[in-house]
Amino acid sequence: MSRLKASIAALKAANRKALVPYIVAGDPDRDTTIALMHQLVRDGSDVIELGMPFSDPSSDGAIIQLGAERALRQGSGLNTVFDIVAEFRKTNAETPIVLMGYLNPLEIMGYGTFVKRAADAGVDGLLIVDLPVSEAQSLLALTRPLDLDMIFLVAPTTTESRLSSICENSSGYIYYVSLKGVTGAAISDTGEIGKRVTALRQRTDLPIIVGFGIKDTNSAKAMAAVSDGVIVGSALVQKIGELTDSGKRDEASIAASTKLIADIRQALDA
Amino acid sequence: MSEIETVVAGTVPATIASTGQDQFSGPDVHGHFGQYGGVFVGETLMAAVEELDQVYRKLSKDPAFWQAFDHDMKHYVGRPSPLYFAERLSKKFGGAKIVLKREDLNHTGAHKINNTIGQALLAKHMGKPRIIAETGAGQHGVASATVAARLGLECHVYMGAEDVQRQSANVYRMKLMGANVIPVTSGSRTLKDALNEALRDWATNVDNTYYIIGTVAGPHPYPMLVRDFQAIIGREARAQSLQEYGRLPDALVACVGGGSNAIGLFHPFLRDSEVAIYGVEAGGDGVETGRHAAPLSAGKPGVLHGNRTYVMSDANGQIMETHSVSAGLDYPGVGPEHAWLKDIGRANYVSVTDTEALDAFRMLCRLEGIIPALESAHGLAYACKLAATMRPDQFIVVNLSGRGDKDIHTVAKIDGITV
Ligand SMILES: Cc1ncc(COP(=O)(O)O)c(C=O)c1O
Repeated sequence: MSRLKASIAALKAANRKALVPYIVAGDPDRDTTIALMHQLVRDGSDVIELGMPFSDPSSDGAIIQLGAERALRQGSGLNTVFDIVAEFRKTNAETPIVLMGYLNPLEIMGYGTFVKRAADAGVDGLLIVDLPVSEAQSLLALTRPLDLDMIFLVAPTTTESRLSSICENSSGYIYYVSLKGVTGAAISDTGEIGKRVTALRQRTDLPIIVGFGIKDTNSAKAMAAVSDGVIVGSALVQKIGELTDSGKRDEASIAASTKLIADIRQALDA
Repeated sequence: MSEIETVVAGTVPATIASTGQDQFSGPDVHGHFGQYGGVFVGETLMAAVEELDQVYRKLSKDPAFWQAFDHDMKHYVGRPSPLYFAERLSKKFGGAKIVLKREDLNHTGAHKINNTIGQALLAKHMGKPRIIAETGAGQHGVASATVAARLGLECHVYMGAEDVQRQSANVYRMKLMGANVIPVTSGSRTLKDALNEALRDWATNVDNTYYIIGTVAGPHPYPMLVRDFQAIIGREARAQSLQEYGRLPDALVACVGGGSNAIGLFHPFLRDSEVAIYGVEAGGDGVETGRHAAPLSAGKPGVLHGNRTYVMSDANGQIMETHSVSAGLDYPGVGPEHAWLKDIGRANYVSVTDTEALDAFRMLCRLEGIIPALESAHGLAYACKLAATMRPDQFIVVNLSGRGDKDIHTVAKIDGITV
């Protein structure tokens, strides 16, 4: 069984909500990203979404774009991403890692090389924001034999006809986008999200994890109550940005920057 | 369709080597031109893009839609634009006749209005009260503000902070027409970043907002519908050539930023295999220096802003910053149909440097009394080189995509003059 499937099965067995933090690979630098990943595991994360920095992140808000820019200034690219994952795997064999990013770097590297290097490094899933199912068939043909899960987004605007093809092609989990907008915006209507997630359940046995706009324990609890877990991105990346501002990289500062995740874990388990 | 169309009806277009099907009727239903094009956007926008495709497919089969379009083209834009023989310029090079398709004479001063009129009809049909647009040189922003004012729609224009500086006159024009101009300070602060910001706005306000993309880029159906609106340029030029010269031109030349004025001129001639086609990219300091905006000349296939096309990326797949004296050509991608036309060899893509474009700009001012846009001056510069290699009985149609009023500050600054 893949790491992601094992982790999801364990959550289900324990009747626990998934906590999935998102950070940008190479923000503030390679070594600190690895330290942050280990810290996030200690904080109670179930899966780590590792952002592949891209110069033109048009589905992201300002906070994540700034995170990507910090990483790019350090020279972070796909080589750094794979290097970070491989290094993390030396001491963590369990926590699933999902790479999240945009398609152009994969196009330039070549899908075949990308997928092989990702699998070799110890990556478990891919989420390519600007790659809808309809254009994803050639990548899916390469990821399936390697047991790399492909995670797709479902948005409030997703139509019925799209839902079936998304559910058919997804594995790992479904990422439900809580709002119309970009990462970092504010959630307005929890009730509506609950309804949409319930409707989605009729179509898939995969866990449905909600992301976009979860910024504190309250929003995390509210979203987890209507789904199988939460993804926390901008609020965390904002905190990690402070490491660049302060120049600090010590253990205490790193732990302080991910405290939100520890707090959310506590709130979800309470 | 238009009056011009009726004039050409009956002339049988020559075809490219037969394949049993017409290869130029693309894109396919998924928006692909060969391996290029398609739809590469976040899930939030997928429904909006699919809806636009359905609406456009339906409306574009409705003659009344095209009648409304042609009516505005004639009475509001001032079409058809003349085909003007630049005699003194041609003489200087001693070769083929250089003939200018005068898109600079359109209302608002560039070809951009052809597209915004068409898309405004779509926005109106779809009942969207709010319009957004991205702009580089400001011409598309102005053309969007124009149609929004005319239809009483709210209009927000995203413009790179850098471009807000270098195109201040256009910023003011947009404001005069009631548009809200939003300077974009993320990334490289130019056109590509304005596009990112517009996509973000669209995802956020997708229910009430129509996004007027200004060129043949973006996800399908934009490259198709923008082309269809701009193709009025080529339809007119084709009919005018037949009328005035009794035959088709030997060559077509147009500058390529995103590629809308170029595809507009080229498309109605694609089946005329005897007509040579040249798209001219911005060579900046020279393609060999790396400081340019010439993805077809020096880029690789990739994915940017919703479609697969030639893109200027570095070895890590990051989008590179571009350089051009012309804000409207300062873009690292290009419309997917051009990528495909390059690969199949139907069109040639070349580049000219900032310096060459500036020389052509000055030459047209002095020899013909026409101040061209710096974008258009790129096409002109190449046409002059090409003309010199051709015979006097041949003729080249150059798309003079816009007028240069917006650029006089840029040129004056280069000349060390403050106006
Ligand atoms: C006058 C003029 N020509 C050309 C362009 C380039 O755009 P496109 O390649 O889509 O025609 C612009 C863009 O701003 C323009 O203003």
